[in-house]
Amino acid sequence: MRWAFATLIAGAAALALLDLNKLAALVAGLGAVAACGAAMAALARDDRWPARIAVPLLFGVLLLWLWEMVTVGFGVPRILLPPPSMIAAAFGSHLPTLAADFHQTVIRSVIPGYAIGCGAGFLTALAIDRSPFLQRGLLPLGSLVSAMPIVGIAPIMVMWFGFDWQSKAAVIVVMTFFPMLVNTLAGLRAAGAMELDLMRSYAAGYGQTLMKLRLPAALPFVFNALKLNSTLALIGAIVAEFFGTPIVGMGFRISTEVARMNVDVVWATIAVAALVGSASYGIISVIERGATFWHPSFRQQ
Amino acid sequence: MTDAAAPAVRRVPARDGAALPILTVLAALLLVWYAASVWLNAPQVQERLERASPDWSVSDLVAGAWAMDRPVLPAPHQIAVELYDSVVGRPVTSKRSLAFHAGVTLSATLAGFALGLATGVALAVGIVHVRVLDRSLMPWIIASQTIPILAIAPMIVVVLGNLGFTGLLPKAIISAYLSFFPIAIGMVKGLRSPDPIQLDLMRTYSATPAQTFAKLRWPSSMAFLFPSLKVAIALALVGAIVAELPTGAQAGLGARLLAGSYYGQTIQIWAALFMSAFLAMLAVGAVGLAERGLTRIRGGRL
Repeated sequence: MRWAFATLIAGAAALALLDLNKLAALVAGLGAVAACGAAMAALARDDRWPARIAVPLLFGVLLLWLWEMVTVGFGVPRILLPPPSMIAAAFGSHLPTLAADFHQTVIRSVIPGYAIGCGAGFLTALAIDRSPFLQRGLLPLGSLVSAMPIVGIAPIMVMWFGFDWQSKAAVIVVMTFFPMLVNTLAGLRAAGAMELDLMRSYAAGYGQTLMKLRLPAALPFVFNALKLNSTLALIGAIVAEFFGTPIVGMGFRISTEVARMNVDVVWATIAVAALVGSASYGIISVIERGATFWHPSFRQQ
Repeated sequence: MTDAAAPAVRRVPARDGAALPILTVLAALLLVWYAASVWLNAPQVQERLERASPDWSVSDLVAGAWAMDRPVLPAPHQIAVELYDSVVGRPVTSKRSLAFHAGVTLSATLAGFALGLATGVALAVGIVHVRVLDRSLMPWIIASQTIPILAIAPMIVVVLGNLGFTGLLPKAIISAYLSFFPIAIGMVKGLRSPDPIQLDLMRTYSATPAQTFAKLRWPSSMAFLFPSLKVAIALALVGAIVAELPTGAQAGLGARLLAGSYYGQTIQIWAALFMSAFLAMLAVGAVGLAERGLTRIRGGRL
């Protein structure tokens, strides 16, 4: 704890000194890095949850701080890498634009595309599950498709569905379909032979076995796909916006603001994307924890 | 296949009798594709036929739909012809040869993959051996992948390009950023996979940490490394292609996709797409071959 405070004080001092005296700032900065290292080393020995959160948090703060120190201290051109403070300022001053981009890209393209793609993959898996023949034919092709660079279909989808959100949603549907299909199929096969035998001895039908045993057993796999797809969907939407878009959206913002050399706005958009990606991943993880609390990976040691 | 008590892992094997199902699914896919290309291209063909003569038959429509210059959905044989023409029909050094573009993309993929492999393995070794790194780095490695680097890849390329770094390096960096993640995760899991019993045995031999690493941890991590490598090399290819988008009409499969999109050359887009799928298969297959080779050298198991 003491080391953490020392880090904060030395770090703040180094930032304040940066404009006045480079040498003093360097000394204070080295002190801050050393103190931060000591703080993390001390906290890493603690197994309670505040310490478990504090170590990565401290590391993140250290990264941001180093970024600020290096970009300001060495006078890195802001076209190359703007300091975090500048990105934060751009974030604040462009809030309405960023909100409009968020609405266009996330609310209008990503969420419908994600829902349709994941839903279709899941239902197709349920349908295919009844036919071993189809399964054997589709699974290798599915894994082949998932190795393919699906973002490449973006230009085709833009040609088919136009510039607005429909083409972005279509790209996302195609990107998320196969991960969901392959994972759900693997999950449906995850129920143990003993449990299946037990269901048979209860005279359970296909539907009952599916609802009571196989779908719950498949849930960890389904959530795996949901988590994977949540970042894939965002990527798909933004990349698809490079191929043609109305004049709003995160992909559009990135490509135009780069051309106008407003790199701070670009980084603010990247920050929004990172926040959305982390938040969606986090939300699905929380739902997963609630829905599959029985799974060994969540069991207490 | 019928034995319900068989281990769950091997219930749908790729080998025993998978050829017939795969061929059937492929044939169905081709049928649907041909039908879809008639259905999607029909409005445009119909318009043209009406203009030429009022009495046209369905076979005219079908033939027209399968031979359009800029179809909405090209027929499979059109893509095959375009692929053949642009790979075999032109010299490899030509800017119009698809093999040339594939080569450009492949070199960026391999450079990025090598970079990602080095970074991923180094990170994993650090994480497994240094407790502070484990606690501090691991959450950020996971968080790093929620930043859609693929979406901002074009920006990175443009910015690095303004600084004078052009060509292979920016593309390789983006490839590496995507491919290091599965490698690091798989490698951490692999390096931690030895049983406590085995680690204890190494201790009774009074093995140094370096010896434990070289003789126990490293060998047992290989079984985890190779599946990660297959994912990683496919991701490296995606990274290389997306990184080529902003370079305009220069070289590489991504540039080819973008050029096709600008000029409405659907067949060219599909040919580039198939080429990249072929590259992905080739790359994943090469990793698989390396895995089998290593397995054989080690006497049948990884």
